Amino acid sequence: MAEEELDTQYDVIVLGTGITECILSGLLSVDGKKVLHIDKQDHYGGESASVTLSQLYEKFKQNPITQEEREGKFGKDRDWNVDLIPKFLMANGELTNILIHTDVTRYVDFKQVSGSYVFKQGKIYKVPANEVEAISSPLMGIFEKRRMKKFLEWISSYNEDEVSTHQGLDLDNNTMDEVYYKFGLGNSTKEFIGHAMALWTNDDYLQQPARPSFERILLYCQSVARYGKSPYLYPMYGLGELPQGFARLSAIYGGTYMLDTPINEVLYKEDGKFDGVKTKLGTFNAPIVIADPTYFPNKCKSTGQKVIRAICILDHPVPGTSNADSLQIIIPQSQVDRKNDIYIAIVSDAHNVCSKGHYLAIISTIIETDKPHLEIEPAFKLLGNIEEKFMGIAELFEPKEDGSKDNVFLSRSYDASSHFETMTDDVKDIYFRVTGHPLVLKKRQDEEQQEQE
Amino acid sequence: MNNPVTSIKLVLLGEAAVGKSSIVLRFVSNDFAENKEPTIGAAFLTQRVNIDDHTVKFEIWDTAGQERFASLAPMYYRNAQAALVVYDVTKPQSFIKARHWVKELHEQASKDIVIALIGNKVDILDDDPNERKVAKEEAEKLAQEENLLFFETSAKTALNINEVFLKIGENIPLKNANDGNGDGINVTDNQRVNLAASADATANASACSC
Repeated sequence: MAEEELDTQYDVIVLGTGITECILSGLLSVDGKKVLHIDKQDHYGGESASVTLSQLYEKFKQNPITQEEREGKFGKDRDWNVDLIPKFLMANGELTNILIHTDVTRYVDFKQVSGSYVFKQGKIYKVPANEVEAISSPLMGIFEKRRMKKFLEWISSYNEDEVSTHQGLDLDNNTMDEVYYKFGLGNSTKEFIGHAMALWTNDDYLQQPARPSFERILLYCQSVARYGKSPYLYPMYGLGELPQGFARLSAIYGGTYMLDTPINEVLYKEDGKFDGVKTKLGTFNAPIVIADPTYFPNKCKSTGQKVIRAICILDHPVPGTSNADSLQIIIPQSQVDRKNDIYIAIVSDAHNVCSKGHYLAIISTIIETDKPHLEIEPAFKLLGNIEEKFMGIAELFEPKEDGSKDNVFLSRSYDASSHFETMTDDVKDIYFRVTGHPLVLKKRQDEEQQEQE
Repeated sequence: MNNPVTSIKLVLLGEAAVGKSSIVLRFVSNDFAENKEPTIGAAFLTQRVNIDDHTVKFEIWDTAGQERFASLAPMYYRNAQAALVVYDVTKPQSFIKARHWVKELHEQASKDIVIALIGNKVDILDDDPNERKVAKEEAEKLAQEENLLFFETSAKTALNINEVFLKIGENIPLKNANDGNGDGINVTDNQRVNLAASADATANASACSC
């Protein structure tokens, strides 16, 4: 059988192997679509890849250190899987749901993130994850704790169909600020709930209807309740395992993969609809293309937001975190006179993402001035000695059109949020536009598991 | 059956159509399908084998075709404790490819991976010995140089198939293998979570008391 015997007609061509594209590729293959998945780069993950240290130096530094120097300081290159985009999974979030329903959990192991911390008046405090921690937490006074408890009881007992559980509040008409007022919560508690639990990156939500905030707080609480230490999960070997896992799902269901294959030309039909792509391996046709913004820069526009991300290598745990092997630190905007929160995501050798004794801290925020590196100074200060630093600024893009005219369906850039919820929203939105029906997750048939006892 | 269970991740490598999936099908189901279609939708099979007073559970990963255009993900090699590098004894090209995969495994996989070199389809030689295009001695030499286990097999007649897996099981250092708990997830580490297991347990927001 000739190895190069290769189909040229597909149902869908997917360009870029970022997590958004890989999930869509996997879902569509499971649906029975014939998928061709191409990446111009020689590795999986696109913008959401995890890379080795040598790749990181190549990407960020003009004069990379020698291999000898690098290995002397940081050990073997293959021990490093450094995320380019810092995010965690919400334990009860939609990505977890998709992972379970597609059985991609078979290919990836997860660990709990040890804790979530919030910055207040120059210090960091653990966000309580259980009642014992809540009672002893210095984040709130005793009376405020009681009001907070009442607020959380309202969240957990709220039932859409039972007006008595609404306590007179209307999630679609009352603003979140009005909800806070009803429970008598003070400014510092509002900040805590809005930024450390609802994970809003600024204060715009206060004047908006309460429902999205309600849903975010509920998701946070359910996620903490699921495993206990924090609401977050993180995959062993880094976030780059996620696109690889979904790519494997797609391949198992017949998807064809081509890495290291640049697109020489995009072909359109006379009516302006997508027709195919020309590559070094030949011309491939499909009526539909799904791609990340880098493949169709002319069909994307800036969201007006730019994110600064600073990847820091540490040789010690973050001070004041009880030597946690992984954590999130949120620096709420008002604490440092900003409009947007600063996030720090920290993981370590416990997750097989760096060599023994090292920690990776990734700082990120939406930039507000022309000196973004100074904006994240408060975050650097929390980390102690930093062995090496890689900084980059990414402009966030979104598609200009919805794809109905040209059958070019584009994903959005990965945003500054600390989790994958906006990414999975994008997946569901693209899935709907491509297939015409909403994504319904069905448990995958267990045909793979033909275990003989 | 209360034997200790060791889970072993085993990956399959080799040129298209050398019989990778047929070897697995023979091993897992003691079955063989003539003119089998290329593998779709079945790329994670498991099979248990008893070795002395120990049970080894093989988790067998197929490439799912991702090797065709240099697109095999690093995930594939990750934590693999054993590999079958398969070639077809009637196809010299497939043996060249096998050498390539052995090299790739030494570079990408963990240091103590147990690799078995497998010359498949020897049943064809029963009908016509002239069909052999890869000498047994040549493969034995490669196996010796690269420290590989070596077998000639036939998935069709079941020749040597079980022997391959038994030999691999004997060669895996048990302490390096995962302590299997039945679903391949290491529970000795209390921070690891089993996503699938808790999927049905409905989380309750009232448990949150922060």
